[in-house]
Amino acid sequence: MELAKVYFDGKPYDVPAELTIMTAMEYAGYRLVRGCGCRHGFCGACATIYRIEGKSKVHFVLACQQKVEEGMYVASLPFFPLDKRTYNMEEIRPDDQIMMQFFPEIFGCVACNSCTKSCSKSLNTMQYIAYAKRNDLKRCAETSFDCVACGICSARCPANISHSLVGLLARRLSAKYLTPKAEHTRIRTEAINAGEFDAAIDDMIKMPMEEIKKLYDTRDIEK
Amino acid sequence: MYSAKMLELIKTVEATREERYKNEPNRLTADEKKALLNGYHPDYQDSGFGTIQVGKNKGEKAPIELVELLHANSRIKGIEFDFDTPKYDVDVLIIGGGGAGASAAIEAKKAGANVMIATKLRIGDANSTMAEGGIQAADKENDSPQQHYLDSMGGGHYANKPELLRRLVMDGPGAISWLENLGVMFDKELDGTMLSVSGGGISRKRLHACADYTGLEITRVLINEVRNLGVPIADYTAALELILDENGKVAGAVLMNMLTGEYVVAKAKTVIISTGGAGRMHYHGFPTTNHYGATADGLIMAYRVGASLLYQEAIQYHPTGVAYPTQLFGALVTEKVRSIGAQLVNIDGTAFVHPLETRDVVSSAIIRECGERGKGIPTPNGAGVWLDTPLIVKKSGASMIEQSIPGIMHMFQNYGIDIREVPILMYPTFHYQNGGIDIEAGGNTKEIENLFVAGEAIGGIHGRNRLLGNSMLDVVVFGRLAGKAAAEKAASVNLGKMSLKHIDDYAKTLEAAGIENDMVSPKLLPDYVRDLHKAYN
Repeated sequence: MELAKVYFDGKPYDVPAELTIMTAMEYAGYRLVRGCGCRHGFCGACATIYRIEGKSKVHFVLACQQKVEEGMYVASLPFFPLDKRTYNMEEIRPDDQIMMQFFPEIFGCVACNSCTKSCSKSLNTMQYIAYAKRNDLKRCAETSFDCVACGICSARCPANISHSLVGLLARRLSAKYLTPKAEHTRIRTEAINAGEFDAAIDDMIKMPMEEIKKLYDTRDIEK
Repeated sequence: MYSAKMLELIKTVEATREERYKNEPNRLTADEKKALLNGYHPDYQDSGFGTIQVGKNKGEKAPIELVELLHANSRIKGIEFDFDTPKYDVDVLIIGGGGAGASAAIEAKKAGANVMIATKLRIGDANSTMAEGGIQAADKENDSPQQHYLDSMGGGHYANKPELLRRLVMDGPGAISWLENLGVMFDKELDGTMLSVSGGGISRKRLHACADYTGLEITRVLINEVRNLGVPIADYTAALELILDENGKVAGAVLMNMLTGEYVVAKAKTVIISTGGAGRMHYHGFPTTNHYGATADGLIMAYRVGASLLYQEAIQYHPTGVAYPTQLFGALVTEKVRSIGAQLVNIDGTAFVHPLETRDVVSSAIIRECGERGKGIPTPNGAGVWLDTPLIVKKSGASMIEQSIPGIMHMFQNYGIDIREVPILMYPTFHYQNGGIDIEAGGNTKEIENLFVAGEAIGGIHGRNRLLGNSMLDVVVFGRLAGKAAAEKAASVNLGKMSLKHIDDYAKTLEAAGIENDMVSPKLLPDYVRDLHKAYN
């Protein structure tokens, strides 16, 4: 079995080279409580920073998604304090002042691009902050969509921006106010609430199971 | 990166692609499906199951790992608690911080209740966040709640509880509207019409999505709303046992700080269990798509106070878990990949099953192909079959992959595999606990007052096999229901003296059944330190 020497909290361990950083930590004996969530790259709990021994470049990854490498010095960032602002979605609007009102620090962005360089999902983070600054909420929403809120960008940001929360507000506003509502969903919901489907569903529930089976086996399937 | 051997085998898949493009495999008949399930699905085999010896489901079958936890000792056996000065004193205590818990919190708060969430890891570390494919709802012209009911009933092998399924399908369109109004970014046409696709066992294009991050998008909006409403969230706070009052009604829970080990008492007029699934129990040795904390805690706690389980033996294996590369072993490849045109192909280049049969049927077909028929592709973790993703490109162009399943594309790109160019290797993975705690149509347990359940911890909505997109829907529909019902109930609850006598009683029942062991439950987290050492040493 091929082994790799990696350093967790500065301490060396020989681990199977095919493991991820997360499973390598467990192999080394860490019983994880912090810094481990979905284990499949969706939740952002396992933000991790590493540097290869003797090299200057610092890497920013999710521990569950990154394979170990020889000479890796690993530090975990299980939590970073973001600054959550509260708002009432029914009262706020996607107007020109909205980002200024809730996230004024984005205007302190010095365009250092550290957020983009440190994104564990390779997003163009600085660009979505730029969209937020010019109130292009739709583009901010689209560009930030894959964000898993791992928080690394915010840890690196000299302007103290809580990037993931900016993207989240832009997405909610964009979806709620800048995208047409689904008319067919509204119509169907109202029809159900008015009791228009009660008889049909209750008839089906009362049907003998053999008849339901027959209906199921012979139902047409939309192509 | 694929090995040279694998790259060689891919040529066989390419050679038959044109022919498969023209001729989809046939759908199976009801009898053929039955034979496949009986022969190959793990639920239908005897091995890996044990018998529950105590409690409401005494004498029934369950996966061995679950039986062990039901027969284990309480983590707080013999410890005295001060119930006079609880750390938390609320109307509604929600245990579990996924999509169901968040939906419940929003509705309970809006109903005027003093509500809190306790969650074992961080809020949002949940299976809800990981759902890729979408959320069903019968909101299109050619569709209806009764058609949705029929699909789900057939998919569930006619074992779904009718009153629960009725609520799921009837509240579906309303749930989508609710999410849309909260600001969830659904995939839409320019005029606002929902883009919707079909899926395994679904007869209408009823699956709504947010690219292949549907669960992430829905859950993060729900959690953001929970925070906007000022609902207190206790992260890293696991529930260990429910507390009853002297009349046998639920009165709160004993919690534990996962970081410090400190025990904490939460007094509550009503409790909602939204603790999710059990994938990390690895029933029958399968890998899992589930999050780290999916260990059936809620089922254990509810069972100890006298609630019953339903279909606890019915497990959903997602047919397309990653078989290679090793780093992604068991990870989910959404069913949407098949909805938009990929086929399942064996080592000979043959499409051996229609890609849109129900999950249990497709999983059984893959297990047969890799096992008895010996037509699987060898991998370091066993064997797998090809999921021919380049066929999507042939049918609809590369942009279909880039726009519909970007998450999956990137996941494989990290390992040097471009799913637009080459097929990927799949084997079934433990995805969902079809069964759970038995509830009534109001979201409450039948046996125990003041106790409600939401999300994957519920048994019965989906019968013995859930359709894709019905879980995200149940999370929202039954989360909201439980939140409203628990808040309403709390308004009329007068709690008696708090007690943990039921824990002693349960221990005595175990003793009387001759069960003695040194295990404790709920499990809280899997022990991968031990497992990895077993695997490598």
